[in-house]
Amino acid sequence: MRNEHNLRARFRSATDSAATGLAVLSTILVIAPLVAIFVYLIYKGASSLTPSFFTQIPKPPGENGGGMANAIAGSAILLAVGSLMGVPLGIGGGIFLAEFGRGTKLANAVRFTADVLNGVPSIVMGIAVYALVVVPQKHFSAFSGGVALGIMMIPTICRTTEEMLLMVPHAVREAALALGVPNWRSVLSITVKTASPGIITGCMLAFARVAGETAPLIFTALGNQFWSANLNEPIAALPLQIWVYAMSPYDEWHRLAWAGSLVLIVLIVAAVSLVRYVTSRGVLKGAS
Amino acid sequence: MPEIRISQAQFQPEQRPTDAPAPVAPAVSPEAAGVRSFLLGRGNSAAADRGFSWLMKLCALSIFGIVVLIAAELVWGSRLTWNKFGFSFFSWPAGFTFESVVKSILDPSAPQPNYWDPVNGVFSALPFLYGTLITSFLALLMAVPLAIGVAVFLTEMCPQTLRGPLAFISELLAAIPSVIYGLWAMFVLVPLMREHLNPWLIKGLGWTGFFGDDNPTGLGFLSAGIILAIMILPIISSLTREVMTAVPHSQREAALALGATRWEMIRMAVLRNARIGIVGAIILGLGRALGETMAVTMVIGNSMEIRRSLLSNGNTMASVIANQFSEASDNLHLSALVEIGLALFIVTIIVNAIAQLLVWAVTRGAPARVQ
Repeated sequence: MRNEHNLRARFRSATDSAATGLAVLSTILVIAPLVAIFVYLIYKGASSLTPSFFTQIPKPPGENGGGMANAIAGSAILLAVGSLMGVPLGIGGGIFLAEFGRGTKLANAVRFTADVLNGVPSIVMGIAVYALVVVPQKHFSAFSGGVALGIMMIPTICRTTEEMLLMVPHAVREAALALGVPNWRSVLSITVKTASPGIITGCMLAFARVAGETAPLIFTALGNQFWSANLNEPIAALPLQIWVYAMSPYDEWHRLAWAGSLVLIVLIVAAVSLVRYVTSRGVLKGAS
Repeated sequence: MPEIRISQAQFQPEQRPTDAPAPVAPAVSPEAAGVRSFLLGRGNSAAADRGFSWLMKLCALSIFGIVVLIAAELVWGSRLTWNKFGFSFFSWPAGFTFESVVKSILDPSAPQPNYWDPVNGVFSALPFLYGTLITSFLALLMAVPLAIGVAVFLTEMCPQTLRGPLAFISELLAAIPSVIYGLWAMFVLVPLMREHLNPWLIKGLGWTGFFGDDNPTGLGFLSAGIILAIMILPIISSLTREVMTAVPHSQREAALALGATRWEMIRMAVLRNARIGIVGAIILGLGRALGETMAVTMVIGNSMEIRRSLLSNGNTMASVIANQFSEASDNLHLSALVEIGLALFIVTIIVNAIAQLLVWAVTRGAPARVQ
């Protein structure tokens, strides 16, 4: 009986150790590709990050040098156009969910729809914007690319705005209302302003996510080998350029693709880290 | 103690006949009147409040509008192929039987039906359905055990100091754009598969029939499955972590009090209580894998065939759209691609809706953290 008990106890502690080992192993297996990707990106891309990379447009295949300056500028323009559309709608939706519709069925439906919209593949958004904007205009344009990116920003901004606004304590709102401030003014100037660091970081999170999107831009913004700031013409974008260069047969373009990826990932990591830092400090601490 | 006498003048109960006029505000000092007129002039009216709340409601309703608009555009854009093929768009082309299709899949030397022929106007989305299902299945097979392992480690076993950095690294994995995964896969993973993994698989498991040796490029379903698994890992693991932390501590303590080892406690108290949410997390990962475009396009090899071998080239629904949409000149071709997009849209909406419902059921309506 005692031997049986010992055997059973040893088996149980053996499974416990095995499970711990497997969990550690899977963590290592998950961290390893990330480390591998980062290290390889730095190894391949760092040497190409010369000043000319940030100031020149790509050279024709066969010539060395060139850069991705038009792609970086193009991404910034697309983000700006997209945020003109996405940020107001997203923040407005978030304000509705947190302030006016809290607990109503409509708010639950809106939240659910926003999460579902978040999961729609970006290429399907690209097709819809193609049919909506590119076909009537009869040409590819930066404007359509911006619309596609803006639509993708809305669910993220809406949800994070709602989360941040829910964190503002009731006392703040009630104090404003007790002083006779109208409801709309209290929401805008008091509640939203208190939560504004969180809302801004939510927007930054949306930007970071959308900045790396390629699929919706393939047939809306199309890409451009030259400088362009015209919203009615196709425009280059960093992830789009990386894709085109990666699929090309030229080594020089591959080198540019690695450098561009390094720039993109540094920007995104910086944005995500900043978001984490600001939200870890708390919503209210940064509000004064 | 002085008597406190409430005079009749101070205490005036509300007693007025119903047809008396509403009470006006008592007379106020000039400063208060100035404040009141200031407030009234600055939009302190019911109309301004109502207008603002309507504006916010409109912004929220725009999300509905966007979904409806996307669906409408997809349905309108796919009407040509819908009218021509109907449901047979998603099955084999006319002139072939089920047996001949199965034979073409199982036998590497049998001729493949011409599934996708823009020149002759023959469109069948069967290879892309197959490719999507196979890559998603492979990705889930590889990602789910690893993701649950990571989640268990981070919530239950990890020392407190490591928890923050590891969680941050896991979040970074989710933030890496898909093109960069594709770039890395194309230049690192595919040569690795070509030189080392594929020959080993063919030698060891070729007898199963799922690892043919006719594709020396290193691209294919397995490579796409591996990079997809890396991409959906962070989603599944972070959501699993969330549902695991939602399990109340009393459950854990009860299991430990009854003498369970740590793994038994995790299995009985945490994983069992969180299993609905974990299923939801897996389905959410599946939804992401179904719609993933760029990384898959770069490593799947772009072939319009259905082959049994996991190492063969193929296409998924998303990758065929990415590859062919900007070059489709024929209206029927474009409409066929839009119909594939519509199918993808419907499938991902259903999958994501199920997943959200499951996760909501466990975390009880608290706003799910956006990735």
